[in-house]
Parts: sequence; C-alpha cells; structure tokens
Amino acid sequence: MSILVDKNTRLLVQGFTGSQATLHSEQSIEYGTNIVGGVTPGKGGQTHLGVPVFNSVHEAVEAVQPNASIIFVPAQFCKDSILEAADAGIKLIICITEGVPTLDMLIVKKRVDELGITLIGPNCPGIITPGEAKLGIMPGSIHLQGSVGIISRSGTLTYEAVKQTSDLGLGQSTCVGIGGDPIPGTSFIDVLKMMESDDQTKAIVMVGEIGGTAEEEAAEYIKENISKPVISYIAGQTAPAGKRMGHAGAIIAGGKGTAADKIKRLEQCGVHIAENLLQIGTKTKEVLG
Amino acid sequence: MNLHEYQGKELFAKFGLPVSKNKVITSAGDAVNACRDIGGNNWVVKAQVHAGGRGKAGGVKLVSTPEEAVEFANHWLGKRLVTYQTDSNGQLVNSILVEECTDIAKELYLSALVDRGSQRIVFIGSSEGGVNIEEVAENTPEKIIYEPIDPLTGPMVFQSRKISKVLGLDVEQSKQFSKMLPKLTDLFITHDLSLLEINPLVITQDGKLHCLDAKINIDSNAVYRQPEIQAMHDPSQEDPRESEAALNDLSYVSLDGNIGCMVNGAGLAMGTMDTIKYFGGSPANFLDVGGTATQERVSKAFKLILADPEVKVVLVNIFGGIVRCDLIAEGILAAIEEVGVSIPVVVRLEGNNADIGSNILAESSAEIVSLNSLEDAAKKAVELSK
Repeated sequence: MSILVDKNTRLLVQGFTGSQATLHSEQSIEYGTNIVGGVTPGKGGQTHLGVPVFNSVHEAVEAVQPNASIIFVPAQFCKDSILEAADAGIKLIICITEGVPTLDMLIVKKRVDELGITLIGPNCPGIITPGEAKLGIMPGSIHLQGSVGIISRSGTLTYEAVKQTSDLGLGQSTCVGIGGDPIPGTSFIDVLKMMESDDQTKAIVMVGEIGGTAEEEAAEYIKENISKPVISYIAGQTAPAGKRMGHAGAIIAGGKGTAADKIKRLEQCGVHIAENLLQIGTKTKEVLG
Repeated sequence: MNLHEYQGKELFAKFGLPVSKNKVITSAGDAVNACRDIGGNNWVVKAQVHAGGRGKAGGVKLVSTPEEAVEFANHWLGKRLVTYQTDSNGQLVNSILVEECTDIAKELYLSALVDRGSQRIVFIGSSEGGVNIEEVAENTPEKIIYEPIDPLTGPMVFQSRKISKVLGLDVEQSKQFSKMLPKLTDLFITHDLSLLEINPLVITQDGKLHCLDAKINIDSNAVYRQPEIQAMHDPSQEDPRESEAALNDLSYVSLDGNIGCMVNGAGLAMGTMDTIKYFGGSPANFLDVGGTATQERVSKAFKLILADPEVKVVLVNIFGGIVRCDLIAEGILAAIEEVGVSIPVVVRLEGNNADIGSNILAESSAEIVSLNSLEDAAKKAVELSK
C-alpha cells in the first residue's frame, strides 16, 4: 500500500500544453504514471503526448474519468483552475505553481475543505509513490520503493532526504511535498494521519523549515496520535529574522517561527531530530534499527 | 513589499479612515508651505523609512515653528536613519511627513494579518498601544483580542463590538469603530495586504478614534495585480543586491559571513547555510538560483555573490533533478569565464548525470573543486574561507 497515489491513479494535467507541463508530463509518463488527458482552454480536440486535450476539466471528466489533477497554469490563474477541478468533482488536486496570492488561497482552501478535497501545494514538487506513480516535478530516478514516508515543505530538500534513504536501501512508501506557502492546501498533520494508517510506511521523515507554527502543531499531533517513529530536520537554523528566505512562508516574524523553537518542541514530543540535513538518512536507519 | 507611513495614510484616507491632515516633502524648503497649508501652531515631522523605532532614533519630532520643521528636514533628508529595526547602515531618508498635531487621550493597538493557523484574516486589538505588541502578548495576554474574519461573511458588527470591548471604547467610539472595521477589511482585501498595523490607534482629547501611524506590507505574490501599489515601490529602502536579485528573478538575502552560496531550491539553500555553520564556517548569503540553473542564471548569481567584498569562496550546491548535471556543469564553467571569477569555487553536483558533470568541472582549467558529497564540499568551502 501507499498513500494518495498508486497504479490506479488516472491523472489529468491542467495547463497541459505549456512547456513546463509538457516536460514534466513526459517524465511522469516515462515513470509509468497513467496520464489520461490534459486541459488547455482553446486547444480542445488536439492530441498532446499521445493523450487527448480538452477545453475544460468538466469535458475531460466526462470523457476520460480522471481521479486526480495536476496544475501547471500561471499563478494568476491557479485560483480558477483549482476551483474548476473541484467543481468538476476531482478529489485530489496538486498545484505545482509558485507565487499564488495568499488571499486567493484563503478562499480556495475554505472551498476545498467544504468539498472534502485534498489539495496539495501550491508551490510544491508534488507526490510520488515510488514504482507506481509520479505526480510532480521530482526526479524519478533517485526514488526507491520502500518503507519511509517523507513529508516536506521544500522541493530540493526533499530530494536530499529521498537520495539518502535510497542510498541506505530504506526506500520510500510515498513522498508528499506540501509546499512552501503560508496557506498550504494540505498540512503536515493531514499527511501524518494518512501515513500512520498506511501499512507500507514504517517510519516518517518530516522536513520542515522556519516560519509559521506548522511544525509545532505537527509535534503536538505526533505526540498524541502517531505510533510510528518520526524523524525531522528543520532548515533555516542560520536564517536571519524578518527576511523572506525564498519561500513565501519561510520568514521569522516577531521572534516566532525560528528553527530552534521548532526543534525544541519536536524533541519534547518524542520526534527524532536530524541535527543537520546530512544526517536525515542515517538517523532514519538508526531509528528503524 | 513594504510601504512608507505616508503611503499607508494615503490608502487609509482613500478608504475613509481618520488620519491627520498632512503633507509629504522631499526638500527642506517645502516645509514652510507644508506647515502653512496644514495650519495650526504645532506640527509633527516624521522621517519616512521602512523601519520602526523611528521616534527613539530621533526620526520624529514635535515642532512649533515652520523654521524648526525646515531644520529637521535639512538634518534628515539624504541621511540614513538607524533604528533598532535597521542594520548599522540604517535606511535612507528621502521624504519627510509633516502632520498636524493630535491631542492624545489614550493610545491603543490595532492590526490585521493573514493568520496561518486559522487560515483567516485576523484582527488583533489591544488597549495597550504605542508599545511593542509582542511584549503585551507575553506579559498581559488578557489585554489582546484575536478576531478572525470569515471570508464568506466579512466582518460583522458583533465582532467590532467584541474588539471594542477589549480596546475599552465607549458607546460612541464603539459605533465609530464598527464603521472602521469593514473599511479596514476592504482595504486589506482590495490591495492584497499581508499586514496592516496601526500602532498607535488613538482616542483624541475630543473622544474620536484616529489612526496615528500606518504600517502596511503587501503580499509580494500579488503585487502584479496592484498597479497603484507598484507605483509606491521605493527601491532605496531595500538592500541594493536584494533588489538586483529580485529584478533577475533570483531570491537573495545578504548575510554577514564570507562563504558565498549558490543553491537550487529555497529549502536546500537554507540547509546548505546550516551545513556551512555546522562545520564552523559562516555563509555570506542565501541564494536560490531556481530549478533550472541555466548559464544565464548562474552568471547573474555569480555577479551578485562576488559584489560582496567579504566573499572568499563560493559554494555551489545543485541537486540536478530533471535538469542534467552535465548541462549545469557547462553552464557553471561558461558563467565563471563570463564573469571572471578569481576566488576558489567549490561545486557539489548531485542527481542526474552527476558523474559526467563532475568530470567536466575537474578537467577544466578554472579554479574549481568538484566534490560529490555535500559534507565534503561544505568542509572544503569552510577550510578555504579561513
């Protein structure tokens, strides 16, 4: 088993014919992902990468029955694209795009919650279940089917965690990049809950970073609800206060959101801390015994 | 993106919120006319910079003659104001706000921000204004109210009554506040704010609520749809290298160490800084070169890093995911040649075709140390920085 995506996932790509969507869709298809179609308004009726293009998500749903959608449209159109997929009844939506206005996300998040939809992102690398399906922009080759579930706010940092657990032969059950924005569609807690009830996942790696209190909230949740070992690394231990470190959500504001605070709380709640990013793999192996 | 106080007050006025009669001046000679136009016998002159703590630093003054206002403007215009919120260089003063004097009976605190936890716009109010709100939250949390706004309903009158109670307003002031709250929310949403702070919000001697300060931050993801706000952008208030980086679509933050960092991905960039520190070095910057790391981007990144005279060595850490490392290696070499890099460069390439990429770097004539593991690369960079 795994979480969220597997061999049965039928993926729709929104913004399908754009250059980024094309590049990453090719890679996903090569990895074995079942892409059933794409949407680019005005290009309906064409064929792209061997699958049909539709003018709307609703038309695609009727014709090819996708059960997940990945979004590559520019930031200013993401609100509309996410809500379109939601309105068409898709229950798993992944938004890769970076730069979505925060107030757009406040509205989107409220709506997807009402509809019981899982939205991953925005500003994220996506989800991969190694050996089954890749819905995102991560390099497939570094992954290995295995027992570690990985959740992360960062893209390339996730790849480090993946590479290290692959090199040590542990492999991954599912990796979920929840994204670096202040209002993510899915939180650490949402994914922790899924991984707790997944048989394949034996340990969970949670890669956090400065800003907000998502890691602290996850720590409390882990203490009460997660029986599997959790290993965590927090990036930004050397970040100055008040500066946005690339990600919109990565900022220490009013003395809150520091790496030290997060690490302290996680430790108090029984989470194993990888002091440095180089130790994520070895720490996980050590914990798994 | 941040606004000056006078720009914030322009927006307040546009949305019908009570602010003092004021004029902005950019040359000292205009101070006399500004005082005359405003009228009265007392004025407050305030240096305009993107930082708090101006009062304590001498950047705010009460004056009782136009000549004093001229003197203040002469003193500050073109100079840099150093406050506890700025670095030791301070911020350039380009303009002075001249305001009519307000008779204050009581100082309150009011702000609105996007709260990550509740995923709502939240208003924060306190009867303790004009002071550091973090301290109030720490010492007397009962004096603060957090009121989230439902995006479906907007602010309700009962919510303004809840906030009024904590602010300690009387019936008339409470009525006035119930009219202000929707206007503040409207301003927040219309202009994509991430923070709106009025500290202090005051009750005047004649019992009216009045916005004495205005601090406004705009969500940088939404600036593209805010033409009016774009026109308010003041690049003189930003670190010149950070502005230059932003123009080139690179994310850069300058720090005080001597190891320049070039990394793809924000999380890995922070992780790389942490690793340098872990091995006893000190990073000179945060720099996310982006997922594609093309020659053009790498060249621009090298230029930015090398503009910092403190930098003794550059550590390039690229996790080549989709992009092949051999292409990245060629891009790095071309960039080094183009820019004319004369200090040592340590490169760690990982991912797709990393071996081929490393070989290309090893065989080049440039002064490059190519290492596959981040641990070795970070240790080497730290060694070279000493």
